[in-house]
Amino acid sequence: MPEPATESEPEKRITAAGNAGSGASSTASRLAAAVRDVRPGHVPETMTTRLRVLDDGAWLSVDDTRRVSVSELWRLDAPAFCECDLADLVVENFLDVGVDGRTVTARVYGQCIVCGTKSTVEWVPVGRILDGEFVDIDREGVLEPHRNDPEPAAPNEPETNAG
Amino acid sequence: MPSDVENWKSEVYGNEIREHLFEFAEQGYDSIPDDEHDAWFERFKWWGLYHQRNGQEGYFMMRIGTPNGVLEPGQLRVVGEIADEYARGPGANPIFGESYADFTTRQSIQLHWIELSDVPAVFEKLEANGLSTQQACGDSWRNIVGNPVAGKDAQEVIDAWPVIRGLNEEFKGNDDHSNLPRKWKVSVTGSADGSGQGDINDLAFEPAYKEIAGEDVVGFNVRVGGGLSRNEPRLARDIDVWVRPENVPDVAGGLSALFRDNGDREDRYNARIKFLVDEWGADAVRDTLQAEYVDFELHTAGRDVREEYTYNTGGGERNDLVGVHEQKDGTNFVGLNVLVGRMGADDVLELADLAEAYGSGEVRLSQRQNVIVTDVPDAELDAFLDEPLLEHYSPEPSPFMRGSVACTGTEFCSLSIVETKNRQVRYARWLKQNVDLPDDVEEFHIHLSGCTASCAQPQIADVSLRGMKTRKNGEAVEALDVGLGGGLGSEPQFARWVTQRVPVDEIPGALANLIEGFAAEREDGEGFRAFVERHDDDALDDLVDPEETDYEDPMMHNTKMTWYPYADDDGLDASPPAPADD
Repeated sequence: MPEPATESEPEKRITAAGNAGSGASSTASRLAAAVRDVRPGHVPETMTTRLRVLDDGAWLSVDDTRRVSVSELWRLDAPAFCECDLADLVVENFLDVGVDGRTVTARVYGQCIVCGTKSTVEWVPVGRILDGEFVDIDREGVLEPHRNDPEPAAPNEPETNAG
Repeated sequence: MPSDVENWKSEVYGNEIREHLFEFAEQGYDSIPDDEHDAWFERFKWWGLYHQRNGQEGYFMMRIGTPNGVLEPGQLRVVGEIADEYARGPGANPIFGESYADFTTRQSIQLHWIELSDVPAVFEKLEANGLSTQQACGDSWRNIVGNPVAGKDAQEVIDAWPVIRGLNEEFKGNDDHSNLPRKWKVSVTGSADGSGQGDINDLAFEPAYKEIAGEDVVGFNVRVGGGLSRNEPRLARDIDVWVRPENVPDVAGGLSALFRDNGDREDRYNARIKFLVDEWGADAVRDTLQAEYVDFELHTAGRDVREEYTYNTGGGERNDLVGVHEQKDGTNFVGLNVLVGRMGADDVLELADLAEAYGSGEVRLSQRQNVIVTDVPDAELDAFLDEPLLEHYSPEPSPFMRGSVACTGTEFCSLSIVETKNRQVRYARWLKQNVDLPDDVEEFHIHLSGCTASCAQPQIADVSLRGMKTRKNGEAVEALDVGLGGGLGSEPQFARWVTQRVPVDEIPGALANLIEGFAAEREDGEGFRAFVERHDDDALDDLVDPEETDYEDPMMHNTKMTWYPYADDDGLDASPPAPADD
């Protein structure tokens, strides 16, 4: 019999304001989480949303449905990436997926088709979880990567689960 | 932390997936829980089933692993019948029709539009005829490749077919090797032409002589850690081991186990053995193999025949296996060009008829996506070559038809960035009509791969094309990176990516300009690969010189975001529903 590959890992805890993949190595497939249905005046209800990188980094999967693909062209306000006023980034690989509040973010590898710079961009917003559903952010418009460092969870802010 | 895939594999993997697969097939596609799609689709790969891409919900690509590309008499007909009956879906291809089979660069067969409910019936028919999809995909021993005419080839050093068959029997369905960190690609070659392409495999056995007790013994040298994917191409590294044919399973199993136990299960990007060899070095791989995984003393490497390699080298005879070649038994094998490896189901069935009428009924598949009809006697040869089917699948094709290789592309594949097979057909036809190679250049390999997974093996072609995007007149369009000068042989080398992001409609013009420059500036008798080697990247980039011509590309838009690029209404909103379970 084969040796067991691994034991199942306990679920990884992340904060709603943090980034799921920060500090972790790039994996093709990661489960993160996002907050659903946070209404003022209510005790926030947390439900797990399954976020993964699939197909060797070709897709972001949300709740087992492929939602965001490589090959999109993103105009990025990312001075740290290249010297263009706006990088025109062709997304070649998703390296990781994370959440920042209700915003789904992705760490991607790509190249600016204007200047040719090839590198990794940290945590670009790609969608939001609203009423339990993933809604695309308009990725035809200018996108601004989130800060690299995850923020600490605010007091009383719910934690969400990831595996 | 192990990846999701590793967690899924630790729950259910290997042979046991089959019973779940059949249960889902029995109960219907909708019986797969919504929140388990990613997990089950990953597992189904082990049994050769890939869920097709977005917009094609409920349809699967099925890969049939044919070791060394050998289809025994009658098996090609079975493939054609299955393609005709089951590989039909809501989309029709404008060039290839409604039903077809794809011959792959790893000597396998792929069918599309397979419905889950049909899988048990397809498996039953395949297995009743000695065919299987087991481990055709997934994290285990994949289809073993080699010189497809092993055992027949008049030029071979050693018949590798019994070795390959033995490995296939031992490592297919073997629980000790069914759950590896990632795919495991093995090549075993017995011929002196290099047609097993061992250099780009995880594990390669290549023919070599070893002097033992004063006598030359024929066996195999061992190389480990080749591969093309993920912008990290590697040539397999020589680990200084020679092995007798009868000991190949021990060494192959030892190395597979070494990979199983030491490969990276936390980062799938890093999980191939090529990265382990990078990290450890070839000496440590050998030492660990000797110390922990085999119970006999390993020989040092023997005298190889790599200097004689011609396959995919860009020059010499047998750059491929197309055309008429003599077998050791006095009959002939006839390599037929299958443009981009795709053959309509009707043609598959007709070819099966011809193989029976003129040969033994056996057909073999090459790593250049072509078919080879074996065992054709001299007396039958002319009549066979006169068959109308061979006008389309020619043993003497145009260099641009002959040299074309393409992966699946956005038509079905989730990974690809651009349309590939039909595009490569359009390119080849345009080049045939409009471009002349120098008279003494008979082969010119152009490989089109939709992404960095490199299923079309772009890095080992004269011209490598790889899917990309760019803007043209402000609009996002499909584009290709252009690499030049790749090839195998005694001094294998990967293509150099000299020109980036060429809009797809400017590629034919770019290639015409490149070939014109090559013809004008080459030295007497100089091959394309040598010409590339003599020039720096900037000079080559100047020669590529993209421009529009009368070539028109109907698939400039984002085919990845269609449900099927050739549908009249191709938007994802028009995606068909998952097929009914009937």
